[in-house]
Amino acid sequence: MSSTPLHTQFDGIASLRKALQARELSARDLASSALDAAVARDDLNAFLHIDRELTLTQADAVDKQLSDGLAGALAGIPIAHKDVFVTEGWRSTAASKMLEHYTSPFDATVVARLKQAGAVSLGKLNCDEFAMGSGNENSAFGPTRNPWDPTAVPGGSSGGSAAAVAAGLIMAATGTDTGGSVRQPAALCGVSGIKPTYGTVSRFGMIAYGSSLDQAGPIARHARDLVELLDPMSGFDPRDSTSLEHCDGVPNAPGRIRADFEAALAGQQSADSQPLKGLRIGVPAEFFNGALAPDVAAAVESALQTFESLGAVRVSISLPRTELSIPTYYVIAPAEASSNLSRYDGVRYGHRAAQYRDLAEMTSRSRTEGFGAEVLRRIMVGTYVLSHGYYDAYYLQAQRVRRMIVNDFQQAFSSHCDVIMGPVTPSVAKHIGDNREDPAADWLADVYTLGVSLAGLPAMSIPCGFGAERRLPIGLQIIGNYFGEGRLLAVADRYQQATDWHQRKPEQR
Amino acid sequence: MEWEIVIGLETHAQLSTESKIFSDSSTRFGAAPNTQANEVDMALPGSLPVLNKGAVERAIQFGLAVGAHIAPRSIFARKNYFYPDLPKNYQISQFEIPVVQGGTISFFVGDQEKTVNLTRAHLEEDAGKSLHEDFTGPRGESSTGIDLNRAGTPLLEIVSEPEMRSAAEAVAYARALHGLVVWLGICDGNMQEGSFRCDANVSVRPKGQAELGTRSEIKNVNSFRFLERAILYEARRQIELIEDGGKVVQETRLYDSDRDETRSMRSKEDAHDYRYFPDPDLPPLIIAPDWIQRVRDAMPELPAARRARFETELGLSGYDAAQLTMARAGSDYFEQVAALLPEGQAKLAANWVLGELSAALNRDEIDIGESPVRPAALAALIARIIDGTISNKMARDVFTAMWTGESNGDPDAIIEARGLKQISDSVAIGAMIDEVLAANPAIIEEFRAGKQKAFNSLVGQVMKAAKGKANPQQVNDLLKEKLG
Repeated sequence: MSSTPLHTQFDGIASLRKALQARELSARDLASSALDAAVARDDLNAFLHIDRELTLTQADAVDKQLSDGLAGALAGIPIAHKDVFVTEGWRSTAASKMLEHYTSPFDATVVARLKQAGAVSLGKLNCDEFAMGSGNENSAFGPTRNPWDPTAVPGGSSGGSAAAVAAGLIMAATGTDTGGSVRQPAALCGVSGIKPTYGTVSRFGMIAYGSSLDQAGPIARHARDLVELLDPMSGFDPRDSTSLEHCDGVPNAPGRIRADFEAALAGQQSADSQPLKGLRIGVPAEFFNGALAPDVAAAVESALQTFESLGAVRVSISLPRTELSIPTYYVIAPAEASSNLSRYDGVRYGHRAAQYRDLAEMTSRSRTEGFGAEVLRRIMVGTYVLSHGYYDAYYLQAQRVRRMIVNDFQQAFSSHCDVIMGPVTPSVAKHIGDNREDPAADWLADVYTLGVSLAGLPAMSIPCGFGAERRLPIGLQIIGNYFGEGRLLAVADRYQQATDWHQRKPEQR
Repeated sequence: MEWEIVIGLETHAQLSTESKIFSDSSTRFGAAPNTQANEVDMALPGSLPVLNKGAVERAIQFGLAVGAHIAPRSIFARKNYFYPDLPKNYQISQFEIPVVQGGTISFFVGDQEKTVNLTRAHLEEDAGKSLHEDFTGPRGESSTGIDLNRAGTPLLEIVSEPEMRSAAEAVAYARALHGLVVWLGICDGNMQEGSFRCDANVSVRPKGQAELGTRSEIKNVNSFRFLERAILYEARRQIELIEDGGKVVQETRLYDSDRDETRSMRSKEDAHDYRYFPDPDLPPLIIAPDWIQRVRDAMPELPAARRARFETELGLSGYDAAQLTMARAGSDYFEQVAALLPEGQAKLAANWVLGELSAALNRDEIDIGESPVRPAALAALIARIIDGTISNKMARDVFTAMWTGESNGDPDAIIEARGLKQISDSVAIGAMIDEVLAANPAIIEEFRAGKQKAFNSLVGQVMKAAKGKANPQQVNDLLKEKLG
């Protein structure tokens, strides 16, 4: 039994697709070797649910399509889904004891679209319970470990997704980002991840945390593979009322992001030695404050210099409410969560307490037993800020600040820059257990990712170096204006053509 | 002390859409438990609400019909509370900005016209049902069941200002509102099945006092009769309480129709903090003017417009016109009758529809749509009054025969068969008058001496000779002529 999956021999989805279409290898062999690897790397605790038969059945169907020449763009590509996407077949638990035995009768739109494109799912990936957390330590099924250092967290909440991609167990994974949950684990695991504009990817079938912020996005090795996943994932979905029909007049449909990406690349090539000539990179002063570790600052600075060498110009900008994004987010997201998670009451599905005297006690016990500490904490916070007498001071005030944050970004994009760059996290990955006694420390570490989520903007994280003391990955955040996914990905791709951070693997840092 | 009762009503009208307000499962009543509940209605993880435009259109229709402001932008909010038959443990409703704002409902209480202002009408979803009685769990143990078929059924909650001053006014308002929503076709109005439910806010205050008294909200009223009784009971309870030195507390009370009383359900102190906030799953509901126009164009003639038309075009009184526009079916029935009669006879048609026909329908508890006497037949009967074939009095007997289906309900056949045809032949009537005059010289003398009574006595004798069938007007005219 080999523990090196076949797909790791390929530098990306495009070359793997070529081999699959040429029938040089089968989807079944790919899936089988990836499953073996996933089982062999059980120590990472990246996967929550694996069903060998189910995956191989999918792979066989794809092999048949490949033989018939009817295969989709992702035919045979081994991926896996964060366990907040509901799936037919595999359990869908949101890494919570509350949903430990829950199986969905339907697939999330994201899952269905990737299945439609031929991607073969290896199963479900660990994450923070209900996507609440930034270290993957809030999973009811144990923490995921960082492939670069088993004592370090992989980030979160999409920690299983980032870890599985970093460990080479799958080509790509789905994740969800509410306040940084795609970008932050991608950064801490040395892989690439993108959170698209709010409304471009359907939330149908995504177990809700903060509905006005939740957005799905892929994690993969590099920007080109992100295009391969994000493009078919995105598109209007009539089952999600917040999904957009149009993006700046262009139909929100698969093909949009790929077309934008290719157009942006074509534009770059005309200027050869300085392919990013004219690109204005906004660098917010507030992203380089005292909280930022020197090694992270240095890696980001170095990346910015690389961009300058590619022709881009650096512009100092200000996002004055960067710090305010923390209390704003930690009012709005818990408020929505407190209501979104009300449905888990033990009545229709999910955990139900064994002992109770009456209905009220059945509900309260089931919830107290079923939810972990961080989930309970956020439900309490959310309930409080929505309560009579506090609503105006907290929830409404947070919505006002949210609008200001939106305006701050628009101010920057309209008069100063095309993209914004900065760090994703203040430091490299913490040790597992570091913040156990101080949950607020995790919240403060979200300072660079929250504003983007509150504004609904697209943003990504790409690897740009390693820590000085602890040789753990560092990510560069690239933020774009609404619907700028294709352009962002092209900018990231240009950087990845000039650097090799994204090619580093845990065993060869 | 003289007391004044103050009543405001909150009415839940179930909208007549095929599917639910936020999901595509059916709203049909009476299906086996939980067969009409999909992932949205069961609040499965990952499910999301999608607004049914049909429910919005019905709300717009209502707003237009009551002359309200249709909000160009309204907001769906979450009303958070835990209850097992509320699957998400929050209800999607409209809170701060409802879709329908203001408007009025006008109706008659006796012969007094009254107009009540509406505060608002908003869209929301219904909850499911808890089955407590006769429900056993899988091992036969006594248990509570949940049926989610009703969960997500669209409701329009119509809130009136506290402008009613008696139980009779409240009932008249509720009937007018019921008539309107059924007229518009936006609600089937079935109160037994819960399609139209009223909650009454009742308070009392000394007559002349401007400030409102503390109110209680009465729930669970599922007929107009119970509404009246519940309000009467509650007002009496509050007055007695105050007169005995007590104080009314703000609370929700349940009406128990078996015992004809209201009982405290929960007080203000244990009222929920609903933690309303805008639902992030649903963008603001934007209603553009052209959408309103499309709805307006597709709407039936409104009761108010028809009422005005009945007054101006048909010459009906305000009262008759209001009565004839209470319900669409009755109104349509009347129009069909009136259309078959010569111009200027609408008043007669109105009298018959509101009088004889309504009485028979009420007596036999039949909907006007099921009336055994169809509009054409009633018009044929009224035509026989107009052309003098029968008197109005005889026509009532013919109507009774038509109602029971005699001679296939054909008025002419009944008149013929029963020999009710009026004698309108002036030669024949003249001959009868001559006989009566010849036999009663003394009465003629009295008449000549100026006694009007004597004339009436002569008319009576002629009618008696004609066995009641002589045309009364003709008898009068001819008799006057012969007496010179």
